[in-house]
Amino acid sequence: MSRAALLVLADGRFPAGGHAHSGGAEEAVRTGRITDAASLESFCRGRLHTAGLVAAALAAAAALGCDPAALDAAADARTPSPALRTAARRLGRQLMRAARATWPGLELDAVAREFPRGVHQPVVLGLAARAAGLGAADAAHCAVYESVGGPATATVRLLSLDPFDATAVLARLAPEMDRTADTAVSAAHRVRKGGPDELPAASAPLLEIGAEAHAARPVRLFAS
Amino acid sequence: MRTGGVRATARITARGDGRGGTELPVLEGEGPLAPRRTRGSGAQARVVLVGAMSGPLGGDHLTVHVRAATGARLLVGSAAATIALPGQAKGDARYDVRLTVEDGAELHWLPEQLISARGSELRVVTRVEAAPTARLVLREEQVLGRVGEEPGRLTSRLALRIGGRTVLDQELACGPGAPGGWDGPAVLDGHRAVGQLLLVRPEFAEAPVGARPVAEGAVLVPLAGPAALVTATAPDARLLRRALDAALSALG
Amino acid sequence: MHLDHSLPLPAPAVGADAHRPGGARRALRVGLGGPVGSGKTATVAALCRVLRDELSLAVVTNDIYTREDAEFLLREAVLPPERITAVETGACPHTAIRDDISANLEAVEDLEDAVGPLDLVLVESGGDNLTATFSRGLVDAQIFVIDVAGGDDIPRKGGPGVTTADLLVVNKTDLAPYVGSDLARMAADAKAARAELPVVLQSLRSEEGVRDVADWIRARVAAWTA
Repeated sequence: MSRAALLVLADGRFPAGGHAHSGGAEEAVRTGRITDAASLESFCRGRLHTAGLVAAALAAAAALGCDPAALDAAADARTPSPALRTAARRLGRQLMRAARATWPGLELDAVAREFPRGVHQPVVLGLAARAAGLGAADAAHCAVYESVGGPATATVRLLSLDPFDATAVLARLAPEMDRTADTAVSAAHRVRKGGPDELPAASAPLLEIGAEAHAARPVRLFAS
Repeated sequence: MRTGGVRATARITARGDGRGGTELPVLEGEGPLAPRRTRGSGAQARVVLVGAMSGPLGGDHLTVHVRAATGARLLVGSAAATIALPGQAKGDARYDVRLTVEDGAELHWLPEQLISARGSELRVVTRVEAAPTARLVLREEQVLGRVGEEPGRLTSRLALRIGGRTVLDQELACGPGAPGGWDGPAVLDGHRAVGQLLLVRPEFAEAPVGARPVAEGAVLVPLAGPAALVTATAPDARLLRRALDAALSALG
Repeated sequence: MHLDHSLPLPAPAVGADAHRPGGARRALRVGLGGPVGSGKTATVAALCRVLRDELSLAVVTNDIYTREDAEFLLREAVLPPERITAVETGACPHTAIRDDISANLEAVEDLEDAVGPLDLVLVESGGDNLTATFSRGLVDAQIFVIDVAGGDDIPRKGGPGVTTADLLVVNKTDLAPYVGSDLARMAADAKAARAELPVVLQSLRSEEGVRDVADWIRARVAAWTA
């Protein structure tokens, strides 16, 4: 594996649309659940262990070569909010576009052809990692980092939070991100033998409820 | 003198009796799980799980199998809330619920709340297998601690398959020792009651529900299959029930 | 007129490719950028009214707050609603048109799938600052819209939008006497900053309205489809 390729894929500037999504942070800010760095940290920690873990396991399983269609269906089952399913597929399409331009290959082309409406973003992330010559652990790390990096960046913009404080939040979460990625990779290896029911299904009720409230708002800064 | 906790299984099987009613060829329980038939209404048979109050304790493993066979109209409830308590035996308590709804059958699974008392450790897994033309109404309510009490450790998984395809798979983990952030702004944010209402109706395949808020802190969403889910959080059990009742009546 | 739209990139994964997956030529994409309040949305609305009977066109807006500009265009009924799409920009409108164009490319392609074939897609950026420009991966040509009320020294100050846009529009010329802007000076400064690149001074309240910009776009479309 190439450590530098991992940095390219994990870079927040990788042009795959993530900048327009807050990971639920905008709704949490609007309803007063995130007000400062401490509540941002608590939000990110909760998201990491729920949506982040599931995304990381999906990404790792895709990186191991598990069937993208089965993983996509499993992602649907773990995403009750239709607003979040739509956002995940849209981001999946955007990441697919960026990945195909960045690491051209037949496997990505085939999945793009088979699913013109897109597959869940973490599945594409795993496929992109494969195309970049990366492994399951790399894909899982990208996913867990995204799961907290997005809300942190968005909160800086939404609350005019001190960016140093937000970055320190991410740094404090690093050991938990590593452990979550490890858990996800173990699950992904089980998926290879036992199928997608082996994927974690950790859920966060307020992320689901908040995503629908956010989608219904006429005025918002972030797509999700 | 038990060392590994109680193992108990209840089995309920319902089927159409051919005369527009529902019969219960299997209705058996043991230990703390005692199913009792009560007066039904119309074609619907009703069963109440009695005695769930006493468990589960740490180390216990309770299992409930409910099968609604073709033609059955079955409602299963419980006589009182289930309280997870710390036990003498080591390890988690487990509570497994297996619901099978066959073609042309209808099951209402409407137990009272599950209360996670301080010091308890319970893992609940509810798995529903629904046939393509099955109908289901399922309610789950988790209450984190008795009044003014810290909760125990509770992990609750709810999975639904329709025609062999997984349509919903969700797990909520909360209480001491749960992965971090469970009580923070992404997950429960101090709410002490959380619940779900799951509906399976064949007509949702053609006409899915529209996503919308149905009560304070409760949202109705269409799943990726002929099913709908209400997810609700509330400060306490009473307000949670009020939200889920409002959601159910909004669905008709 | 020179068109640089034939970057050799693999189709159909990227936006600069001139063809749709089916092999048909895709629509010409024209970006409109410029500071907040300079009249981008009003110009887009005027262009739609003038061009909609002769061209098959659609609009993508990049609102700072979602849907504000899209709602305006819908309210004005300049195009059927299925021909107007809004893209959320996460509080960074310049990112969505320059650094990470993936959401806009999705929006453009979805429009072509839904209501195509199209001759022209106008991509309106969210109001931003003088440095915001469109990526060449997203649009084939870009128009930068400033207005006289924003200060008559803007052409002199320059910036990527003013100096490199394919067309610079100085809008609201009717307001010049009221805000003390020197139109002649703006035109001279713009010419100095832009060398051969064209400049249009317009007032949407005048009889000519958006005519010059529409003519410029017609020429672009003609060259694109030639």
